[in-house]
Amino acid sequence: MSTQLDPPATTDPDSDAYLTVQASPEFVALRKALRGFVFPMTVAFILWYALYVILSAYARGFMGTKVVGNINVALIFGLLQFVTTFLIAWLYSRFASRRLDAAADSIKANFPSGSVR
Amino acid sequence: MMELAVSASTQRSITISLFVVFVLITLGITFWASRQNRNATDFYAGGRGSSGLQNGLAIGGDYMSAASFLGIAGIIALNGYDGFLYSIGFLVAWLVALLLIAELLRNSGKYTMADVLAFRMRQPPVRTAASLSTVVVSIFYLLAQMVGAGTLVALLLGIKKDSTFLGMTAANAQIATIILIGALMIIYVTVGGMKGTTYVQIIKAFLLMIGALLMTVLVLWHYKGNLSALLGDAAAKSGKGGSFLEPGLLYGKNVAGNATQTFYNKIDLLSLGLALVLGTAGLPHILIRFYTVPTARVARRSVLWAIGIIGVFYLFTLALGFGAAALVGSAAIKAQSASGNTAAPQLAQALGNEFFGGELGGVTFLAVIAAVAFATILAVVAGLTLASSSSLAHDFYANVVKKGQTSDRQEVRVARISALIIGAIAIVLGVLAYNQNVAFLVALAFAVAASANLPAILYSLFWKRFNTTGATFAIYGGLISAVLLVVFSPVVSGTATSFFPHQDFHWFPLNNPGIISIPFGFLCGWVGTMLSSEKNPAKYAELEVRSLTGVGAN
Repeated sequence: MSTQLDPPATTDPDSDAYLTVQASPEFVALRKALRGFVFPMTVAFILWYALYVILSAYARGFMGTKVVGNINVALIFGLLQFVTTFLIAWLYSRFASRRLDAAADSIKANFPSGSVR
Repeated sequence: MMELAVSASTQRSITISLFVVFVLITLGITFWASRQNRNATDFYAGGRGSSGLQNGLAIGGDYMSAASFLGIAGIIALNGYDGFLYSIGFLVAWLVALLLIAELLRNSGKYTMADVLAFRMRQPPVRTAASLSTVVVSIFYLLAQMVGAGTLVALLLGIKKDSTFLGMTAANAQIATIILIGALMIIYVTVGGMKGTTYVQIIKAFLLMIGALLMTVLVLWHYKGNLSALLGDAAAKSGKGGSFLEPGLLYGKNVAGNATQTFYNKIDLLSLGLALVLGTAGLPHILIRFYTVPTARVARRSVLWAIGIIGVFYLFTLALGFGAAALVGSAAIKAQSASGNTAAPQLAQALGNEFFGGELGGVTFLAVIAAVAFATILAVVAGLTLASSSSLAHDFYANVVKKGQTSDRQEVRVARISALIIGAIAIVLGVLAYNQNVAFLVALAFAVAASANLPAILYSLFWKRFNTTGATFAIYGGLISAVLLVVFSPVVSGTATSFFPHQDFHWFPLNNPGIISIPFGFLCGWVGTMLSSEKNPAKYAELEVRSLTGVGAN
C-alpha cells in the first residue's frame, strides 16, 4: 500500500513561515478556542437530534402525548429542534465575532512573509 | 364539465405565461452576467462578489428543491407527522456546514470541493476520486429533479391520460418538459456560469418564499390562527385520527406479528435521519456556493442567512402539508398523485377559491404556485450542473489530465463543454426513466455525500495524519458501499414499489444505506491513512493556518 510516491516536495518559500505560525502561541490559542467551541457543540446538537429521531422510532406513546389541544410532544420536540438550530447558529456567530475574528486577523496581519497576500 | 375544461385551460395558459416570464427574465440576467464573466473566478465563483444575504438566498435557492417544496408538503399531507422528520433533518444539517466546514473551506479552497481534499495530498488520485463522487452525487440528484419535473408537468398543466396538449400526449409532454428543463439549465450554466446561476437561484428563492408565506398565512387565516384546530381538522380528514399527528405512519412502522420487519423499519428510520443530517455538508453544489463570497466571514454570514431562510421555509411546509390534508383532503390529493406531490398546488387552488374570488382566483393561484414549482426545479438543476462541470474541468481536466498546466481560458472552455455533456447525459437518462419512480435517488445522493465526501472533508480539515490513501479510501469506500447497498435494497428490487417490481435480488433489508455506509466511509478513511506512511506536516501547517486565518485566501 505504501509503495506510492511521496507528495511533491513543497517548494513554497512560505512553508517555513506556515510551520512557525502553526507553532506560535497565538495560533495554538486560536485553534484551541475554535475547536473548544465547535467540537462540543457538534456533539451536543448531534446527540440532541439523535434523541429526537430515536424517540420518534421507539417512544411513540410519549411522542403522541397531547400537551395543548391537538399539539403533542412530537410536534413540540420537532419545533424545539428548530429553536436549538437557530440558537446554536446565533451563539456561534456571537462567539466567532468576539473570540475568533480578531485573533485570526492579527495572525494574518503579522504573517511573516510578504509574498502571501 | 364545460366550465371545468375552461378553467383548466385558463390555468394552463397562466402557468405557462408566468413560467415563460420567469425564463425570459432569468435568461436576460444570464446573458447580462455572461458579459461580466472575464476569467475563471467569474465563471466558477461569480467573481467572489456575492454579499452574505445574496449568497444566503442563493444557497436557499440551491437547496430547497422540488423534493423539499412539493415532496415534504405531500408526505405531510398524506402521512402526517413523518414528513416533518425530513424538514428537521434538512435544517439541523446546516449546523455541520456552519460550525465545521463553510469558513475553513472558503479560506483554503478556490473553486471545488476537491481543492480542499487535495490540498496536502497527491493531486491526481484525490482529484479523480473527488470528481467522480461529485459527478455521481450531482447526476443522481439531477435525475431525480428532472424526472420529477416531467411527472409534475402533466399534473400541473392538467394533462389527463387520454387527452392531449398542443398535440402531445401526457407522456410526450413529460419528455418534452425534461428536454426543455435540460436545455435551459445548460444555457444558464454555459452562458452565465456561477454568476448567472446565482441570480436564477436568488430569484427562485424569493418567489418560493413569497409563495409559501402567502399560502401559510391563508391557511392560518382560515383557522383564525388556531394551530390546534388546523391539526385536528387535518387528522380528522385524513381518516387516520390522532396517529396522523404522531410519528410512525410512514417511517419506522410497527408491523403487527413481524418483529424482524418492525426492527428493520426502525433502523431504517435512524439510517434516514443520519443521512439527512450528515449529507448536506457533503453536497458539492452546496459547498461551491461558499466560494462565491469574498471572505470567510461573509461565508459565515451567508450560512446564517441560509439557516434563517431554510428554517422558516420548513416551518411553512408544515402549514402547507397539514393545510392540504385539512382543506383538500387525502382522497382528492391521491386522485391526482399517489405520492402527494401535487398537494401544495392543490392547496393553492383551494385557498384561491376561498380567498381570491372563487374559481378564477383558485385557478390563478394554482397557476402561480405551479410556475414557482418549475422555477424551483430549474434553479436546482442549474446548480447541480454547474457543480459537476466545475469539478470535471477544474479537478479532472486541469489537475489530473493536464497536471495543472493549462490556462484559465482553456479550463473554462472545458467547463462549458462539460456542462453540455452532463446536461445531455441527464436529458437522455431522464427521458429513459421518465416513467419510473426515481425519488430514491435524492436519498441516495444524500447518503453518498454523507458517506464519501463528508469523511474526506472532515479528516482533511482536522486530522494531521490524514493522507492520499486515506482520502481515496474514504471517498471510494463511502461511494461504493452506499451505491451497492441501495442496489441490493428493497428500493431497487423485491417489492411492488421497487424500481424493478418484478425482479427480486435484494438482500440488504433497509431502504437507506447511511447507517452502514457512513461509518464505513469514516472507517475506510482511517484504515487507508494508517496503511500509508505518507506524511506532510508542512502542507498541513499551510492548510491549517490558511483555513483558520485566511492567510493567502483566494
